[in-house]
Amino acid sequence: MTARQNRSIGRDLIGIGAIVVAATIGYLLFPDNLALLTRIIAIGLLVLSLDLVTGYCGVATLGHAALFGSGAYAAGIAAAHYGITDPLLMTFAGILGGALAGLICGVVILRAHGLPQLVLSISLIYLFHEFANKASSWTGGSDGLSGISPDPLFGTFEFDLWGQTAYVFGVVLLLAVFTLLRLLVRSPFGMLCRGIKEDPLRIMAMGASPKVALIKMYVISGAVAGVGGALNAISTQVVGLDSLSFTQSAESLVMLVLGGTGSLFGALTGTIVFMLFEDYVSAANPFHWLTMVGALLIAVVLFAPKGLYGTAAAFIARRREKRT
Amino acid sequence: MQTFFSIAVDAFAYGMVLFVISIGLSVTMGLMRVVNLAHGAFAMIGGYIASYAAHDLGLGYAAAVLLAVFGTVIISVPIERLLYRRIYGAPELTQVLMTIGITFCIIGIANYVFGPTLKTIPLPATLQGSADLGFRSIAVHRLFAIVCGLAVAGALWYAIEKTAFGVKLRASVDNASMAAALGVRTEIIYAVSFAVAVGLAAFGGVLGAELLPVEPYYALRYMVTFLVVVSVGGAGSIPGALLACLVLGGIDTTGRYLMPEFGEFFFYLAVIAIICVFPRGLAGRAR
Repeated sequence: MTARQNRSIGRDLIGIGAIVVAATIGYLLFPDNLALLTRIIAIGLLVLSLDLVTGYCGVATLGHAALFGSGAYAAGIAAAHYGITDPLLMTFAGILGGALAGLICGVVILRAHGLPQLVLSISLIYLFHEFANKASSWTGGSDGLSGISPDPLFGTFEFDLWGQTAYVFGVVLLLAVFTLLRLLVRSPFGMLCRGIKEDPLRIMAMGASPKVALIKMYVISGAVAGVGGALNAISTQVVGLDSLSFTQSAESLVMLVLGGTGSLFGALTGTIVFMLFEDYVSAANPFHWLTMVGALLIAVVLFAPKGLYGTAAAFIARRREKRT
Repeated sequence: MQTFFSIAVDAFAYGMVLFVISIGLSVTMGLMRVVNLAHGAFAMIGGYIASYAAHDLGLGYAAAVLLAVFGTVIISVPIERLLYRRIYGAPELTQVLMTIGITFCIIGIANYVFGPTLKTIPLPATLQGSADLGFRSIAVHRLFAIVCGLAVAGALWYAIEKTAFGVKLRASVDNASMAAALGVRTEIIYAVSFAVAVGLAAFGGVLGAELLPVEPYYALRYMVTFLVVVSVGGAGSIPGALLACLVLGGIDTTGRYLMPEFGEFFFYLAVIAIICVFPRGLAGRAR
């Protein structure tokens, strides 16, 4: 085993440790607000999945909540209409729904580049939203899909009012997804995707097909977002149209950029900072919240284009270089 | 027949309002290659200024329109100098974020200053009521919007095709660095076209206040529509934008008349179909 491999496995372990520590601190600090923490995990999965296509493949999209919402509705419909109430099977339904939405979105979005690509992604999220609104016998329309009551996990741990089971379930899902994604982005396939982001022409000259690779990545990204959506459906026991909204897509992009694109740690950092900040400020005044998000975005673009995590990592790397 | 006629008139008026607002976006996007999501926010500022001028200052409609256009341009100049300058040539994602940030800020500030209610711009007596065309009567305001749209299209066509400024503009759109090397002051071209684009957006915002009501979320709600027009038409092309506005205005209005319960489902479906078939827009050129 080379030193490089050793180091990345070390960083994997540090990452897993950091998630566990952060989850424990969150549990100790907000024992009464586990619902918020579970939501942060669900949105964190969405932002991770967005990072896969935006950070690693360079596809700018403002419609990524389509994947998240499809996962949530798939899990919700499985529970409410087909009586599949086992939480693990619901998560599996979410993964399938998200992956299917990822396939559809990937095939459509990757047809264009630049502005048309962005417009396609926005049109798709509105289309999904309108469709979910119309198919109200399946999705409950604007009232939301209710009547989701997941069974106890493994038959023993009930999803209670305090949300402890949901929180632990979410943390375990996040750890599993995070570990798999760390392996994925280091794999030859992950490297291929990074190569496509840098120079698609060169990759084509080397004999790989950028389009096929990107669609594969979109499906994987859909599966990850679907896990987040399913977690949200299981923990809140309701799926609303807002999970398929343009606002949700735009916010997840803001979170990703705030943390730093092209890094799984950055995606999680951005989500945590943004969601906690939102929880405090928007309770006071939703419109000031909008102004502040705007100012924050401008500031990040101007002063910390690599995001919070990226800037911190670059700072530490510089310090280390100076010392040696 | 009756329905068809009213759909046609409404679609035409709506398309023209869309055209006046988005043509500036199309030209600046073709010229500076900036994905500007804040364009709708400038149209909204225009609407707010006109409403303020008409209601609180008691100015007439024409004065309010002029004040809105120039006021918006003045507001936009520091934004262009301080913020947009830094994202020319930056990656798309950066531009999207910066301009979304600007949009959010403008929405928040507009709401703080003017409140969350819907703003109206009172029409003068000559634009109210309806005109009799012999076999049908249509609202004068719709006619006014159509005439203004055609006038803007004509004036822009003349300015871009027949004047010296237009020659320089077209040269900069095709190849900015080559144009600069040949002595075109591209910075001035950029600044002037940005100002014209913002002025037109403000004008369109006032003109279309009856069709697209002015409220704080205006910038976010119609942002998508304006972007769609530009990408369907092809950035930088006036005939393309005109065609896109008429097609999309037609689809949207027909959908609203005939299948109101489906909302904007067919509009977005049409957009996706058009972009999939013409990835560079209806009149886009290969780069």
